[in-house]
Amino acid sequence: MPTESAPDWDKIRADFPALAQEVNGRPLIYLDNAATTQKPRSVIDALSRFYEHDNANVHRGLHALSTRATDAYEGARARVARFIHAAHPEEIVFTRGTTESINLVAASWGAANLHPGDVILLTEMEHHSNLVPWQMIAKRTGATLRFVPITGNEGLLDLSQLDRLLTPEVKIFAFTHVSNTLGTINPVADLCARARKAGALTVIDAAQSVGHMPIDVGAIGCDFLAFSGHKMAGVTGIGVLYGRRELLDAMPPYQGGGGMINHVEFFESRWKPSPERFEAGTPNFADAYALGVACDYLDSVGRPAIEKHDEALARRAYDALSRLPGIRIIGPSTERTGLVSFALNDVHAHDVVTFADQDGIALRGGHHCNQPLMRKLGLTSTARASFYLYNTDAEVDALVASLRRTIKFFAG
Amino acid sequence: MSPDLTDLYQHVILDHNRRPRNRGRLPTANRVAHGDNPSCGDQCDVFLRVEDGRIADISFDGSGCAISQASASLMTTQLKGRTAPEAVKLFDQFHEIVTTGNAPDEISDFAAFAGVHAFPARIKCATLGWHAALNALKGEDAPATTETHAD
Repeated sequence: MPTESAPDWDKIRADFPALAQEVNGRPLIYLDNAATTQKPRSVIDALSRFYEHDNANVHRGLHALSTRATDAYEGARARVARFIHAAHPEEIVFTRGTTESINLVAASWGAANLHPGDVILLTEMEHHSNLVPWQMIAKRTGATLRFVPITGNEGLLDLSQLDRLLTPEVKIFAFTHVSNTLGTINPVADLCARARKAGALTVIDAAQSVGHMPIDVGAIGCDFLAFSGHKMAGVTGIGVLYGRRELLDAMPPYQGGGGMINHVEFFESRWKPSPERFEAGTPNFADAYALGVACDYLDSVGRPAIEKHDEALARRAYDALSRLPGIRIIGPSTERTGLVSFALNDVHAHDVVTFADQDGIALRGGHHCNQPLMRKLGLTSTARASFYLYNTDAEVDALVASLRRTIKFFAG
Repeated sequence: MSPDLTDLYQHVILDHNRRPRNRGRLPTANRVAHGDNPSCGDQCDVFLRVEDGRIADISFDGSGCAISQASASLMTTQLKGRTAPEAVKLFDQFHEIVTTGNAPDEISDFAAFAGVHAFPARIKCATLGWHAALNALKGEDAPATTETHAD
């Protein structure tokens, strides 16, 4: 439960061992959280503890360790269900991450339900992970893609176009909750309501939102929701697909193998219901267990507090960066999440990142897996600072000072 | 500014980045090759007019970091008038410098890129234009990409 008093941010920062180091002789300032976040000690310790005490394969074993491992794995499933307010643990499928979750929906639901003439609706701000899987299934099924445009530099979805685009041919509408490049927060509940009215299912890419703000899949009204553990203080290699139970139970398997079958003959098999149907082979139970511990950690701080903290840092960065000469900040000026993407007139993003790194500051520079969006904005790359619960005002100020030096260096 | 960065961003590199030589499409080109680095989005097109086995004219166009743009710009000044075997030999010298940091004095402008070797992620930036140029010389249509060959 969220704590009532304001969190002790200094104490929280001390929970993350990786932050206590120097890079290029300067204290590390880690501002690449949209790519992956650092992990608290409790998550790192949980992983070690699991391997040191409870490690055994899940589900089929009858011995003590297998029982403990199974309890840990299924406990994590229930924990993740509570984290996003899913109605049933069976609605949580463990995957490798957001990308695999979306590929699962596209390949399984798409192959069974998409036909020539059908339309997959996406938006112009999707990460490649919520674009390429749909391109692939469209080619296989004869369905076509359609895109909700964004408006200019502000990078908001042009919602005035939505009803025109949501024709009866649209069978599924997949969109991001928070743009990893623009920082835009999309009105997901409204998008889901309008899609439902038009008879389309909805898929939300929640990779950038689930560790940063409260998520209630029931209140949002989505059919599927995908996210990654490593972007929310969890470990790499584990992610989640949430799907409404009746949809998952009607979908064909994604991969075949052990763990997903009820009965196997030489020539055919019968599938288990969700979620086992979609978890062929030995699942990633240790990382799933650590993900459950990450949920505990984030809820002990409280996501409403984290959301406020991240947004305040982004606001501070946005205001200070806006005053630098020759800078273009992309994305909305208000109602943005905890990241700021920018381009400098005379310094390429990769040079910005290299200079920041010399000051111990970790930024990301490039197309952010958003090439079509970059082209639409008339850019080839931006530098991005993305914040999380352990970042501080002083770190934002250090970033601004570093950028000021970089601009001066290249101005000659 | 730390010494490392002034090693990487030498005067020659900043100068070529600010005032690129032979930049833009070459209308008379008879060989063209495209290079790209998909991991960072850098792009470089190299245009050649090859006459009697020599590079009679050369230009480049593209977008990328200071290292990639300066390297392509400097390359165009070095390759004009060269044969294909000479171009390959020059690239080998350049490659040696950016991967080891050891620069013999006589190729002084190349020596400005010696600092790249301390930043392994940037070696691909420095060689992008060269790979495109060598592909264009071979008359290969396939784009040069930093993902399918060594640095």
